[in-house]
Amino acid sequence: MTEQQAGGPGTSTTARSVLKIDGLVAGYGGGDVLRGVSLEVAEGGITCVVGPNGAGKSTLMAAISGLLRPRLGSMVMDGQDLAGRSPRQILRLGVVQVPQNHSLFRDMTVRENVELGGYILSDRSLTARRLAAVFEIFPQIAGWSGQKAGSLSGGQQRLVEFARALMLEPQLLLLDEPSMGLAPKILRSVFDAIRQINAAGTTILLVEQNARAGLRLSTNGVVMENGRVRLSGTGREVLENPEIGALYLGGAVSSG
Amino acid sequence: MTALLRTEGVHKAFGGVRALDTCTIEVDEGTVAGLIGPNGSGKTTLFNVITGYNKADAGEVYLADRRITNSAPDKVFALGIGRTFQLTRIFPSLTVMENMLVASQHSRTGARKRAMEQLEFIGIAGYHAALAGTLSYGQRKLLELAYVLVADPAIILLDEPAGGVNLSLVNHIANRIRELNAAGKTFLIVEHNMEFVMGLCDQVTVLDSGTVVAAGPPDIVRTDRRVLDAYLGEDIEEPEDDPDSAEDE
Repeated sequence: MTEQQAGGPGTSTTARSVLKIDGLVAGYGGGDVLRGVSLEVAEGGITCVVGPNGAGKSTLMAAISGLLRPRLGSMVMDGQDLAGRSPRQILRLGVVQVPQNHSLFRDMTVRENVELGGYILSDRSLTARRLAAVFEIFPQIAGWSGQKAGSLSGGQQRLVEFARALMLEPQLLLLDEPSMGLAPKILRSVFDAIRQINAAGTTILLVEQNARAGLRLSTNGVVMENGRVRLSGTGREVLENPEIGALYLGGAVSSG
Repeated sequence: MTALLRTEGVHKAFGGVRALDTCTIEVDEGTVAGLIGPNGSGKTTLFNVITGYNKADAGEVYLADRRITNSAPDKVFALGIGRTFQLTRIFPSLTVMENMLVASQHSRTGARKRAMEQLEFIGIAGYHAALAGTLSYGQRKLLELAYVLVADPAIILLDEPAGGVNLSLVNHIANRIRELNAAGKTFLIVEHNMEFVMGLCDQVTVLDSGTVVAAGPPDIVRTDRRVLDAYLGEDIEEPEDDPDSAEDE
Protein backbone atom coordinates (compact mmCIF):
# COMPACT_ATOMS: atom_id res chain seq x y z
CA MET A 1 0.00 0.00 0.00
CA THR A 2 2.77 2.38 0.92
CA GLU A 3 4.54 2.13 -2.43
CA GLN A 4 1.44 2.19 -4.53
CA GLN A 5 1.07 5.24 -6.69
CA ALA A 6 -2.60 5.86 -7.14
CA GLY A 7 -3.53 5.34 -10.74
CA GLY A 8 -3.82 8.58 -12.64
CA PRO A 9 -6.71 9.66 -14.82
CA GLY A 10 -5.99 6.66 -17.05
CA THR A 11 -7.20 4.24 -14.40
CA SER A 12 -10.58 2.97 -15.33
CA THR A 13 -11.10 0.34 -12.70
CA THR A 14 -11.24 0.56 -8.96
CA ALA A 15 -11.21 -3.20 -8.62
CA ARG A 16 -10.82 -4.73 -5.22
CA SER A 17 -7.65 -6.62 -4.48
CA VAL A 18 -7.62 -10.38 -4.56
CA LEU A 19 -4.24 -10.38 -2.84
CA LYS A 20 -2.70 -7.70 -0.68
CA ILE A 21 0.98 -8.02 0.13
CA ASP A 22 2.42 -5.79 2.79
CA GLY A 23 6.02 -5.41 3.93
CA LEU A 24 7.11 -8.83 2.74
CA VAL A 25 10.66 -9.82 3.72
CA ALA A 26 12.03 -13.16 2.51
CA GLY A 27 15.25 -14.77 1.37
CA TYR A 28 17.48 -17.81 1.32
CA GLY A 29 20.16 -18.64 3.85
CA GLY A 30 21.41 -15.49 5.53
CA GLY A 31 20.34 -12.80 3.10
CA ASP A 32 17.04 -11.13 2.31
CA VAL A 33 16.04 -11.09 -1.34
CA LEU A 34 12.69 -9.40 -0.72
CA ARG A 35 13.26 -6.40 1.49
CA GLY A 36 9.81 -5.07 2.25
CA VAL A 37 7.60 -5.71 -0.76
CA SER A 38 4.12 -4.21 -0.77
CA LEU A 39 1.73 -4.58 -3.66
CA GLU A 40 -1.85 -5.43 -4.51
CA VAL A 41 -3.22 -7.73 -7.15
CA ALA A 42 -6.43 -6.34 -8.61
CA GLU A 43 -9.25 -8.81 -8.96
CA GLY A 44 -10.05 -9.74 -12.53
CA GLY A 45 -6.90 -8.15 -13.91
CA ILE A 46 -3.45 -9.09 -15.06
CA THR A 47 -0.76 -7.68 -12.81
CA CYS A 48 2.71 -7.85 -14.29
CA VAL A 49 5.89 -7.74 -12.21
CA VAL A 50 9.04 -6.80 -14.09
CA GLY A 51 12.54 -5.83 -13.04
CA PRO A 52 16.21 -6.56 -13.66
CA ASN A 53 17.92 -9.82 -12.78
CA GLY A 54 18.09 -10.36 -9.08
CA ALA A 55 15.25 -7.95 -8.31
CA GLY A 56 13.39 -10.69 -6.44
CA LYS A 57 10.59 -11.48 -8.90
CA SER A 58 10.81 -15.25 -8.73
CA THR A 59 11.41 -15.10 -4.99
CA LEU A 60 8.15 -13.17 -4.67
CA MET A 61 6.37 -15.95 -6.58
CA ALA A 62 7.94 -18.59 -4.34
CA ALA A 63 6.81 -16.69 -1.24
CA ILE A 64 3.23 -16.34 -2.46
CA SER A 65 2.92 -20.01 -3.34
CA GLY A 66 4.42 -21.06 -0.01
CA LEU A 67 7.63 -22.59 -1.36
CA LEU A 68 9.57 -20.00 0.61
CA ARG A 69 8.46 -18.92 4.05
CA PRO A 70 8.64 -15.15 4.50
CA ARG A 71 10.44 -13.75 7.53
CA LEU A 72 8.17 -10.75 7.89
CA GLY A 73 5.10 -9.22 6.33
CA SER A 74 1.69 -10.40 5.26
CA MET A 75 -0.04 -11.69 2.13
CA VAL A 76 -3.74 -11.43 2.70
CA MET A 77 -6.27 -13.14 0.48
CA ASP A 78 -9.95 -13.33 1.45
CA GLY A 79 -9.09 -12.19 4.95
CA GLN A 80 -6.55 -14.99 5.38
CA ASP A 81 -2.81 -14.49 5.62
CA LEU A 82 -0.91 -16.81 3.28
CA ALA A 83 2.37 -16.14 5.10
CA GLY A 84 3.47 -19.22 7.01
CA ARG A 85 1.08 -21.61 5.26
CA SER A 86 2.28 -24.65 3.36
CA PRO A 87 2.22 -24.80 -0.45
CA ARG A 88 -0.60 -27.37 -0.18
CA GLN A 89 -2.74 -25.09 1.99
CA ILE A 90 -2.11 -22.17 -0.34
CA LEU A 91 -3.05 -24.30 -3.32
CA ARG A 92 -6.33 -25.19 -1.60
CA LEU A 93 -7.00 -21.51 -1.05
CA GLY A 94 -6.94 -21.13 -4.83
CA VAL A 95 -3.44 -19.93 -5.66
CA VAL A 96 -1.91 -21.98 -8.46
CA GLN A 97 1.55 -21.39 -9.90
CA VAL A 98 2.92 -22.31 -13.30
CA PRO A 99 6.65 -22.65 -12.72
CA GLN A 100 9.34 -21.07 -14.85
CA ASN A 101 10.86 -24.31 -16.11
CA HIS A 102 8.96 -26.82 -18.18
CA SER A 103 7.20 -29.12 -15.80
CA LEU A 104 5.09 -31.55 -17.80
CA PHE A 105 5.57 -35.30 -17.55
CA ARG A 106 6.98 -35.90 -21.00
CA ASP A 107 6.02 -39.56 -21.28
CA MET A 108 2.42 -38.99 -20.25
CA THR A 109 -0.24 -37.77 -22.63
CA VAL A 110 -1.37 -34.18 -22.76
CA ARG A 111 -4.72 -35.19 -21.33
CA GLU A 112 -3.12 -37.03 -18.41
CA ASN A 113 -0.93 -34.03 -17.69
CA VAL A 114 -3.88 -31.65 -17.67
CA GLU A 115 -5.91 -33.99 -15.47
CA LEU A 116 -3.06 -34.09 -12.97
CA GLY A 117 -3.71 -30.41 -12.33
CA GLY A 118 -6.88 -31.52 -10.60
CA TYR A 119 -5.27 -34.17 -8.42
CA ILE A 120 -6.61 -32.60 -5.23
CA LEU A 121 -10.18 -32.80 -6.53
CA SER A 122 -11.87 -35.78 -4.95
CA ASP A 123 -14.90 -35.81 -7.26
CA ARG A 124 -14.17 -37.51 -10.59
CA SER A 125 -17.15 -36.00 -12.33
CA LEU A 126 -15.93 -32.56 -11.24
CA THR A 127 -12.57 -33.39 -12.77
CA ALA A 128 -14.30 -34.31 -16.03
CA ARG A 129 -16.33 -31.10 -16.04
CA ARG A 130 -13.25 -29.00 -15.37
CA LEU A 131 -11.36 -30.78 -18.13
CA ALA A 132 -14.19 -30.03 -20.55
CA ALA A 133 -14.19 -26.38 -19.47
CA VAL A 134 -10.42 -26.12 -19.94
CA PHE A 135 -10.63 -27.70 -23.38
CA GLU A 136 -13.30 -25.15 -24.23
CA ILE A 137 -10.87 -22.32 -23.47
CA PHE A 138 -8.08 -24.10 -25.35
CA PRO A 139 -9.66 -26.22 -28.10
CA GLN A 140 -6.21 -26.77 -29.64
CA ILE A 141 -5.14 -28.65 -26.52
CA ALA A 142 -8.10 -31.00 -26.87
CA GLY A 143 -6.69 -31.77 -30.30
CA TRP A 144 -3.36 -32.82 -28.80
CA SER A 145 -4.86 -34.72 -25.88
CA GLY A 146 -3.65 -38.19 -26.90
CA GLN A 147 -0.11 -37.11 -27.75
CA LYS A 148 2.81 -37.46 -25.40
CA ALA A 149 3.56 -34.13 -23.79
CA GLY A 150 7.24 -34.50 -24.69
CA SER A 151 6.37 -34.44 -28.38
CA LEU A 152 4.98 -30.90 -28.20
CA SER A 153 6.95 -27.74 -28.96
CA GLY A 154 8.01 -25.44 -26.13
CA GLY A 155 5.17 -23.03 -26.78
CA GLN A 156 2.59 -25.82 -26.91
CA GLN A 157 3.88 -27.24 -23.65
CA ARG A 158 3.38 -23.83 -22.05
CA LEU A 159 -0.28 -23.86 -23.06
CA VAL A 160 -0.71 -27.33 -21.58
CA GLU A 161 0.85 -26.08 -18.35
CA PHE A 162 -1.65 -23.23 -18.30
CA ALA A 163 -4.49 -25.68 -18.89
CA ARG A 164 -3.24 -27.90 -16.08
CA ALA A 165 -3.22 -24.92 -13.71
CA LEU A 166 -6.80 -24.02 -14.68
CA MET A 167 -8.10 -27.40 -13.50
CA LEU A 168 -8.40 -25.96 -10.00
CA GLU A 169 -10.23 -22.83 -11.21
CA PRO A 170 -7.68 -20.71 -9.38
CA GLN A 171 -8.63 -17.50 -7.67
CA LEU A 172 -5.17 -16.34 -8.50
CA LEU A 173 -2.96 -17.77 -11.23
CA LEU A 174 0.79 -17.18 -10.85
CA LEU A 175 2.80 -17.27 -14.07
CA ASP A 176 6.57 -17.17 -13.59
CA GLU A 177 8.27 -15.99 -16.80
CA PRO A 178 6.06 -17.86 -19.26
CA SER A 179 8.12 -16.50 -22.17
CA MET A 180 11.32 -18.13 -20.87
CA GLY A 181 13.15 -19.84 -23.69
CA LEU A 182 10.50 -19.21 -26.32
CA ALA A 183 11.13 -17.63 -29.72
CA PRO A 184 9.48 -14.24 -30.29
CA LYS A 185 7.00 -15.72 -32.76
CA ILE A 186 5.82 -18.30 -30.24
CA LEU A 187 5.68 -15.64 -27.56
CA ARG A 188 2.69 -14.07 -29.19
CA SER A 189 0.61 -17.23 -28.97
CA VAL A 190 1.55 -17.66 -25.30
CA PHE A 191 0.58 -14.07 -24.56
CA ASP A 192 -2.68 -14.55 -26.45
CA ALA A 193 -3.37 -17.54 -24.23
CA ILE A 194 -2.75 -15.46 -21.10
CA ARG A 195 -5.21 -12.89 -22.37
CA GLN A 196 -7.76 -15.65 -23.07
CA ILE A 197 -7.42 -17.07 -19.56
CA ASN A 198 -7.92 -13.64 -18.10
CA ALA A 199 -10.91 -12.92 -20.33
CA ALA A 200 -12.48 -16.14 -19.02
CA GLY A 201 -12.37 -14.61 -15.53
CA THR A 202 -9.08 -15.63 -13.93
CA THR A 203 -6.97 -13.09 -12.05
CA ILE A 204 -3.33 -13.35 -13.05
CA LEU A 205 -0.06 -12.32 -11.44
CA LEU A 206 2.61 -12.50 -14.09
CA VAL A 207 6.39 -12.23 -13.77
CA GLU A 208 7.91 -11.41 -17.11
CA GLN A 209 11.40 -10.69 -18.38
CA ASN A 210 10.12 -9.14 -21.58
CA ALA A 211 9.01 -6.03 -19.71
CA ARG A 212 7.43 -4.22 -22.62
CA ALA A 213 5.35 -7.11 -23.88
CA GLY A 214 4.34 -8.06 -20.35
CA LEU A 215 3.29 -4.57 -19.31
CA ARG A 216 1.36 -3.94 -22.48
CA LEU A 217 -0.61 -7.11 -21.89
CA SER A 218 -1.43 -6.18 -18.30
CA THR A 219 -3.91 -3.99 -16.51
CA ASN A 220 -1.42 -3.29 -13.74
CA GLY A 221 2.35 -3.09 -13.64
CA VAL A 222 4.94 -3.28 -10.90
CA VAL A 223 8.69 -2.72 -11.27
CA MET A 224 10.86 -4.38 -8.66
CA GLU A 225 14.51 -3.66 -8.12
CA ASN A 226 16.81 -4.92 -5.42
CA GLY A 227 14.05 -6.56 -3.42
CA ARG A 228 11.64 -3.66 -3.38
CA VAL A 229 8.76 -2.26 -5.41
CA ARG A 230 10.10 0.82 -7.14
CA LEU A 231 7.26 1.71 -9.50
CA SER A 232 3.64 0.73 -9.81
CA GLY A 233 0.54 1.84 -11.64
CA THR A 234 -1.48 0.76 -14.60
CA GLY A 235 0.44 -1.32 -17.14
CA ARG A 236 0.58 1.63 -19.48
CA GLU A 237 1.71 4.11 -16.81
CA VAL A 238 4.60 1.87 -15.84
CA LEU A 239 5.46 1.14 -19.47
CA GLU A 240 5.68 4.84 -20.23
CA ASN A 241 7.50 5.87 -17.07
CA PRO A 242 11.02 6.98 -18.04
CA GLU A 243 12.32 5.87 -14.65
CA ILE A 244 11.99 2.23 -15.69
CA GLY A 245 15.18 2.41 -17.79
CA ALA A 246 17.19 3.70 -14.85
CA LEU A 247 15.92 0.83 -12.73
CA TYR A 248 17.24 -1.66 -15.25
CA LEU A 249 20.51 0.04 -16.13
CA GLY A 250 21.45 1.69 -12.86
CA GLY A 251 21.56 5.35 -11.99
CA ALA A 252 18.04 5.48 -10.58
CA VAL A 253 17.44 8.73 -8.72
CA SER A 254 15.87 7.38 -5.58
CA SER A 255 17.98 4.67 -4.04
CA GLY A 256 16.62 2.09 -1.66
CA MET B 1 45.30 2.81 -26.90
CA THR B 2 45.78 -0.63 -28.29
CA ALA B 3 43.30 -3.41 -27.89
CA LEU B 4 44.75 -6.13 -25.70
CA LEU B 5 41.86 -8.46 -26.48
CA ARG B 6 39.76 -8.35 -29.61
CA THR B 7 37.11 -10.51 -31.23
CA GLU B 8 36.17 -9.99 -34.84
CA GLY B 9 32.87 -11.13 -36.29
CA VAL B 10 32.57 -14.20 -34.12
CA HIS B 11 29.72 -16.58 -34.92
CA LYS B 12 28.70 -19.46 -32.72
CA ALA B 13 25.58 -21.60 -32.97
CA PHE B 14 24.39 -24.47 -30.79
CA GLY B 15 22.15 -26.62 -32.93
CA GLY B 16 19.82 -24.12 -34.54
CA VAL B 17 20.29 -21.47 -31.89
CA ARG B 18 22.59 -18.61 -32.77
CA ALA B 19 24.42 -17.68 -29.59
CA LEU B 20 26.89 -15.25 -31.16
CA ASP B 21 26.29 -13.40 -34.38
CA THR B 22 29.03 -11.22 -35.90
CA CYS B 23 30.26 -10.43 -32.43
CA THR B 24 33.05 -7.88 -32.39
CA ILE B 25 34.44 -6.46 -29.18
CA GLU B 26 37.64 -4.75 -28.06
CA VAL B 27 39.21 -4.48 -24.64
CA ASP B 28 41.90 -1.82 -24.37
CA GLU B 29 45.02 -2.57 -22.39
CA GLY B 30 44.93 -1.28 -18.84
CA THR B 31 41.16 -0.81 -18.72
CA VAL B 32 38.33 -2.41 -16.83
CA ALA B 33 35.77 -3.40 -19.45
CA GLY B 34 32.23 -4.58 -18.78
CA LEU B 35 30.19 -7.01 -20.85
CA ILE B 36 26.47 -6.81 -20.16
CA GLY B 37 23.22 -7.85 -21.79
CA PRO B 38 19.97 -9.58 -20.90
CA ASN B 39 19.79 -13.27 -20.03
CA GLY B 40 20.78 -15.43 -22.96
CA SER B 41 22.46 -12.62 -24.90
CA GLY B 42 25.68 -14.62 -25.35
CA LYS B 43 28.00 -13.22 -22.68
CA THR B 44 29.22 -16.52 -21.29
CA THR B 45 29.43 -18.04 -24.77
CA LEU B 46 31.73 -15.21 -25.78
CA PHE B 47 33.89 -15.93 -22.71
CA ASN B 48 33.95 -19.58 -23.74
CA VAL B 49 34.99 -18.78 -27.29
CA ILE B 50 37.74 -16.40 -26.13
CA THR B 51 39.15 -18.95 -23.69
CA GLY B 52 38.89 -21.93 -26.04
CA TYR B 53 36.08 -23.79 -24.29
CA ASN B 54 33.79 -23.33 -27.29
CA LYS B 55 34.99 -23.27 -30.89
CA ALA B 56 33.91 -20.31 -32.98
CA ASP B 57 32.05 -21.24 -36.17
CA ALA B 58 33.53 -18.15 -37.80
CA GLY B 59 35.43 -15.03 -36.81
CA GLU B 60 38.68 -14.40 -35.01
CA VAL B 61 40.02 -13.80 -31.51
CA TYR B 62 43.23 -11.82 -30.96
CA LEU B 63 45.34 -11.30 -27.87
CA ALA B 64 47.33 -8.18 -28.67
CA ASP B 65 48.38 -8.97 -32.25
CA ARG B 66 48.43 -12.69 -31.84
CA ARG B 67 45.62 -14.72 -33.39
CA ILE B 68 44.38 -17.16 -30.76
CA THR B 69 41.12 -18.25 -32.37
CA ASN B 70 40.08 -21.72 -31.22
CA SER B 71 43.29 -22.32 -29.28
CA ALA B 72 43.00 -24.93 -26.55
CA PRO B 73 42.02 -23.61 -23.11
CA ASP B 74 45.38 -24.42 -21.52
CA LYS B 75 47.18 -22.58 -24.29
CA VAL B 76 44.94 -19.52 -23.94
CA PHE B 77 45.59 -19.62 -20.22
CA ALA B 78 49.36 -19.89 -20.73
CA LEU B 79 49.25 -16.92 -23.11
CA GLY B 80 47.90 -14.77 -20.31
CA ILE B 81 44.10 -14.89 -20.28
CA GLY B 82 42.74 -15.92 -16.90
CA ARG B 83 39.09 -16.43 -16.15
CA THR B 84 36.66 -17.42 -13.45
CA PHE B 85 33.87 -19.93 -13.87
CA GLN B 86 31.11 -18.94 -11.47
CA LEU B 87 32.48 -21.20 -8.72
CA THR B 88 32.53 -24.41 -10.73
CA ARG B 89 36.33 -24.73 -10.72
CA ILE B 90 36.77 -24.75 -6.96
CA PHE B 91 37.52 -28.14 -5.40
CA PRO B 92 35.43 -28.30 -2.24
CA SER B 93 37.34 -31.17 -0.64
CA LEU B 94 40.73 -29.48 -0.99
CA THR B 95 41.88 -26.74 1.33
CA VAL B 96 41.96 -23.14 0.17
CA MET B 97 45.76 -23.36 -0.15
CA GLU B 98 45.57 -26.63 -2.07
CA ASN B 99 43.13 -25.01 -4.47
CA MET B 100 45.62 -22.22 -5.00
CA LEU B 101 48.44 -24.69 -5.62
CA VAL B 102 46.36 -26.53 -8.20
CA ALA B 103 45.96 -23.24 -10.02
CA SER B 104 49.70 -22.60 -9.93
CA GLN B 105 50.73 -25.92 -11.43
CA HIS B 106 52.54 -24.19 -14.26
CA SER B 107 55.02 -22.45 -12.00
CA ARG B 108 56.05 -24.43 -8.95
CA THR B 109 58.88 -22.40 -7.51
CA GLY B 110 57.71 -20.28 -4.62
CA ALA B 111 54.14 -21.19 -5.46
CA ARG B 112 53.08 -21.51 -1.87
CA LYS B 113 54.50 -18.17 -0.86
CA ARG B 114 52.89 -16.39 -3.79
CA ALA B 115 49.60 -18.13 -3.21
CA MET B 116 49.63 -16.88 0.38
CA GLU B 117 50.33 -13.36 -0.83
CA GLN B 118 47.36 -13.53 -3.18
CA LEU B 119 45.12 -14.82 -0.42
CA GLU B 120 46.29 -11.97 1.82
CA PHE B 121 45.62 -9.43 -0.88
CA ILE B 122 42.14 -10.82 -1.47
CA GLY B 123 41.50 -11.05 2.25
CA ILE B 124 41.02 -14.76 2.94
CA ALA B 125 44.52 -15.77 4.06
CA GLY B 126 43.07 -16.68 7.45
CA TYR B 127 41.19 -19.53 5.77
CA HIS B 128 44.14 -21.04 3.89
CA ALA B 129 43.90 -24.34 5.82
CA ALA B 130 40.10 -24.57 5.64
CA LEU B 131 38.42 -26.92 3.18
CA ALA B 132 37.10 -24.85 0.31
CA GLY B 133 33.74 -26.57 0.69
CA THR B 134 33.32 -25.07 4.16
CA LEU B 135 33.70 -21.49 2.99
CA SER B 136 30.71 -19.20 2.82
CA TYR B 137 29.40 -18.25 -0.59
CA GLY B 138 31.09 -14.86 -0.39
CA GLN B 139 34.41 -16.37 0.68
CA ARG B 140 34.26 -18.76 -2.25
CA LYS B 141 33.74 -15.81 -4.58
CA LEU B 142 36.94 -14.34 -3.14
CA LEU B 143 38.81 -17.64 -3.54
CA GLU B 144 37.69 -17.69 -7.15
CA LEU B 145 39.30 -14.28 -7.62
CA ALA B 146 42.51 -15.28 -5.80
CA TYR B 147 42.65 -18.49 -7.84
CA VAL B 148 42.72 -16.64 -11.15
CA LEU B 149 45.47 -14.29 -9.95
CA VAL B 150 47.92 -17.11 -9.29
CA ALA B 151 49.03 -17.42 -12.90
CA ASP B 152 49.56 -13.66 -13.17
CA PRO B 153 47.47 -13.27 -16.35
CA ALA B 154 47.66 -10.11 -18.45
CA ILE B 155 43.90 -9.98 -18.77
CA ILE B 156 41.34 -11.39 -16.38
CA LEU B 157 37.86 -12.43 -17.43
CA LEU B 158 35.45 -12.43 -14.51
CA ASP B 159 32.05 -14.12 -14.76
CA GLU B 160 29.66 -12.46 -12.31
CA PRO B 161 32.16 -11.64 -9.56
CA ALA B 162 29.50 -9.76 -7.58
CA GLY B 163 26.66 -12.24 -8.15
CA GLY B 164 24.79 -13.07 -4.98
CA VAL B 165 27.15 -11.39 -2.52
CA ASN B 166 26.28 -8.69 -0.01
CA LEU B 167 26.93 -5.02 -0.51
CA SER B 168 30.06 -4.72 1.64
CA LEU B 169 31.61 -7.69 -0.14
CA VAL B 170 30.64 -6.22 -3.51
CA ASN B 171 32.55 -3.08 -2.54
CA HIS B 172 35.49 -5.15 -1.31
CA ILE B 173 35.65 -7.00 -4.62
CA ALA B 174 35.35 -3.77 -6.60
CA ASN B 175 38.23 -2.28 -4.62
CA ARG B 176 40.45 -5.30 -5.23
CA ILE B 177 39.74 -5.03 -8.96
CA ARG B 178 40.59 -1.32 -8.90
CA GLU B 179 43.90 -2.01 -7.16
CA LEU B 180 44.80 -4.77 -9.59
CA ASN B 181 43.87 -2.51 -12.46
CA ALA B 182 46.04 0.29 -11.06
CA ALA B 183 48.87 -2.25 -10.98
CA GLY B 184 48.37 -2.88 -14.68
CA LYS B 185 45.86 -5.70 -14.99
CA THR B 186 43.23 -5.51 -17.69
CA PHE B 187 39.73 -6.82 -16.95
CA LEU B 188 36.70 -7.98 -18.87
CA ILE B 189 33.75 -8.47 -16.54
CA VAL B 190 30.35 -10.06 -17.06
CA GLU B 191 28.01 -8.89 -14.34
CA HIS B 192 24.31 -8.25 -13.79
CA ASN B 193 24.77 -5.85 -10.89
CA MET B 194 24.53 -2.57 -12.79
CA GLU B 195 25.77 -0.32 -10.00
CA PHE B 196 28.87 -2.49 -9.85
CA VAL B 197 29.45 -2.49 -13.61
CA MET B 198 28.67 1.16 -14.16
CA GLY B 199 30.71 2.26 -11.17
CA LEU B 200 33.76 0.17 -11.98
CA CYS B 201 34.14 -0.06 -15.74
CA ASP B 202 35.82 2.34 -18.13
CA GLN B 203 34.02 0.86 -21.12
CA VAL B 204 30.89 -1.22 -21.35
CA THR B 205 29.88 -3.45 -24.27
CA VAL B 206 26.25 -4.52 -24.53
CA LEU B 207 25.21 -7.78 -26.16
CA ASP B 208 21.74 -8.68 -27.32
CA SER B 209 21.00 -11.89 -29.20
CA GLY B 210 24.72 -12.48 -29.64
CA THR B 211 25.41 -9.13 -31.28
CA VAL B 212 26.96 -5.94 -29.91
CA VAL B 213 24.23 -3.30 -29.75
CA ALA B 214 26.26 -0.61 -27.99
CA ALA B 215 29.73 0.05 -26.62
CA GLY B 216 31.17 3.03 -24.80
CA PRO B 217 31.59 4.68 -21.41
CA PRO B 218 28.95 3.71 -18.81
CA ASP B 219 27.08 7.00 -18.90
CA ILE B 220 26.67 6.87 -22.66
CA VAL B 221 25.68 3.21 -22.74
CA ARG B 222 23.20 3.65 -19.91
CA THR B 223 21.15 6.15 -21.86
CA ASP B 224 21.37 4.40 -25.23
CA ARG B 225 17.95 3.53 -26.57
CA ARG B 226 19.17 0.27 -28.10
CA VAL B 227 20.41 -0.85 -24.70
CA LEU B 228 17.07 -0.08 -23.16
CA ASP B 229 15.39 -2.02 -25.95
CA ALA B 230 17.64 -4.99 -25.24
CA TYR B 231 16.73 -5.00 -21.57
CA LEU B 232 13.05 -4.18 -21.73
CA GLY B 233 12.34 -6.59 -24.55
CA GLU B 234 10.65 -6.52 -27.87
CA ASP B 235 7.14 -5.25 -27.84
CA ILE B 236 5.32 -8.09 -29.52
CA GLU B 237 1.95 -6.34 -29.62
CA GLU B 238 2.82 -3.77 -32.22
CA PRO B 239 5.40 -5.27 -34.53
CA GLU B 240 6.77 -1.98 -35.79
CA ASP B 241 10.10 -1.88 -37.53
CA ASP B 242 12.75 -0.37 -35.33
CA PRO B 243 13.62 3.05 -36.71
CA ASP B 244 17.10 2.15 -35.56
CA SER B 245 19.48 4.34 -37.45
CA ALA B 246 17.01 7.16 -37.97
CA GLU B 247 17.04 8.92 -34.63
CA ASP B 248 19.83 7.95 -32.32
CA GLU B 249 20.10 10.31 -29.36
